[in-house]
Amino acid sequence: MYAYDELDRTLINERVSEFRDQVKRRLSGELTEDEFKMLRLQNGVYLQLHAYMFRVAIPYGTLSSKQLRQLAHVARRYDRGYGHFTTRQNIQYNWIKLAELPDALADLAEVGIHAMQTSGNNTRNVTSDQWAGVAPGEIEDPRIWSELIRQYTTLHPEFSFLPRKFKFAITASEHDRAAIKVHDIGLRLLKNAEGETGFEVLVGGGLGRTPFIAKTIKPFVPGRDLLSYIEAILRVYNQYGRRDNIYKARIKILVHELGIEKFAKEVEDEWLQMRDGALTLDDAVVEDIRSRFTYPVYEKLSAMPDELKKAAHDPHFEAWRKNSVAPHKVPGYAIVTLSLKPVGGPPGDATADQMDAIAGLAEKYSFGEIRVGHEQNLALPHVAKRDLPVLWRALDKIGVATPNVNLVSDIIACPGLDYCSLANARSIPIAQELTRRFANHDTANLIGRLHVNISGCINACGHHHVGHIGILGVEKNGEEFYQITIGGRADENAVVGTLIGPAVPYGEVADVIEDIVEAYLALRARPDELFVDTVKRLGVEPFRERVYATR
Amino acid sequence: MTSPLEQKKIRITGPSVVTANRTWDGIVIYRTAQQGWSADLSDAAIVRTSDEARALLAEAVADDVGAVGAYIAPVEINDTGAIKPGNLREHIRSEGLTIDLPVPA
Repeated sequence: MYAYDELDRTLINERVSEFRDQVKRRLSGELTEDEFKMLRLQNGVYLQLHAYMFRVAIPYGTLSSKQLRQLAHVARRYDRGYGHFTTRQNIQYNWIKLAELPDALADLAEVGIHAMQTSGNNTRNVTSDQWAGVAPGEIEDPRIWSELIRQYTTLHPEFSFLPRKFKFAITASEHDRAAIKVHDIGLRLLKNAEGETGFEVLVGGGLGRTPFIAKTIKPFVPGRDLLSYIEAILRVYNQYGRRDNIYKARIKILVHELGIEKFAKEVEDEWLQMRDGALTLDDAVVEDIRSRFTYPVYEKLSAMPDELKKAAHDPHFEAWRKNSVAPHKVPGYAIVTLSLKPVGGPPGDATADQMDAIAGLAEKYSFGEIRVGHEQNLALPHVAKRDLPVLWRALDKIGVATPNVNLVSDIIACPGLDYCSLANARSIPIAQELTRRFANHDTANLIGRLHVNISGCINACGHHHVGHIGILGVEKNGEEFYQITIGGRADENAVVGTLIGPAVPYGEVADVIEDIVEAYLALRARPDELFVDTVKRLGVEPFRERVYATR
Repeated sequence: MTSPLEQKKIRITGPSVVTANRTWDGIVIYRTAQQGWSADLSDAAIVRTSDEARALLAEAVADDVGAVGAYIAPVEINDTGAIKPGNLREHIRSEGLTIDLPVPA
């Protein structure tokens, strides 16, 4: 966990007071909606179909039990008793009243949580690997650098009015769990031949109506130069990014239109003017940030404790363990993913009661720490393996032990037309129906790893472009239709999926997905050939034939 | 359901209402014939021509303190005179989500 200092606490509290005054002036009519809109957006407040939506930042997806309890309190006191974890490791509340928002923000500020820059044309929440700091083989904890970027970009005057929103993601593992290639800037922490820590810097990734996979702009930027290099990128974007057309305003369009070589040259020219200036990070600065992260004092524990051996005879426990428990860098410990994808439930939602219970379990079994993953699940990052059986029973009791992590029913979905003012079609009911169709865990395990991502409009909050199966809601003559893509992925081999054919109506989507999965089971070369690898090997044609032959 | 945020020109082809969200709490409201707002669609003023729609919208937008994001939405009026939302988006706004809430209201 990162411990905020006095500066952070003062900043957050001042922001609450400022927003309280802005809300007061809006409600009295002193501020018009046109004047107020940008101010509320800078505090994560959107207006959706039924109510205001409030997006709260969870920097790099790390929460303490105390913070999670406060998120539960806000859900219960100011909303309708639940929250929605998002693909950028944040949480959203869907029913909050504008008049009560300052009080909700004040309550969150008590535990160091805020909503700054969770919306608007600025640098957004810095996301990272939800297994940061505990994943085996990781070069170092990427959250130290995420925190540096968070501090550097928070209320940065030069980058508070960018052409469009701007998102960072950082990973320090070979396997990318942070989807860095679909971010405006993606950072892969690595060491060069001399053992120096630095970053491969990728730029211009993004989804939305024009999806692009990020390109490497510089294969190695030393850690000390990270901020100056980022600033050079942001300056070039701020200068040349389009402000005349919202659909062409993201950095991905600029990189695409200039070409990565020309864009890189512009950045390099800018960087050379500033690289050894005030933004150079000396070791003391990095160490100061590092020192504010506290880590558990791990015990020396057996890698195969008796409790685990005994529980292995229970097929239900084993089904859960195989999908939800991942290796930890410390022997005797494990990382546990909590599925927020129950059969028939809305993906990513957690009730206040669940949040409270998870906070308690984190205190008991995970040193009081919880993580949020971009797949809209939670994780307990430091669980002693001996505690896995008892933890499993407790998680099962509160409905977050569905053994479907990374399987076909572990669906990423945006709120869609049930909540969102931008959506063209519903996402959640499609996800719910799919979880029912694939509720049999033996079948789901037989299918293996398969990511289904659903967006209710082209803005792609459900990351449909990079789902192994992507589902995009569109409108045709007032009816909901869905385009299906296959073969996308968001990891280190990120690629945008391919459309298989004409959009299908709402009522047929689940049948189509079943057809695609059945085709895969018949076509895969081996039981361990993943869906996405079969699509890569064969292309989309066999799947297209299967889906449209009888439609 | 083309988002009304993309609504640029006012041209209606059937009975319509003006809807918005109430400023202080965000709930869905409809402009009434009495120059006020109601949370009940059955209280909404019905307009049938583009000129009527434009006038009702102008009146609604003028109430910047009471309402946010006013726009014109289609409705259907059945044989008994009951007003129904004219598309799925408006149905969801009027009747609520098509899914169960994680915590029953």
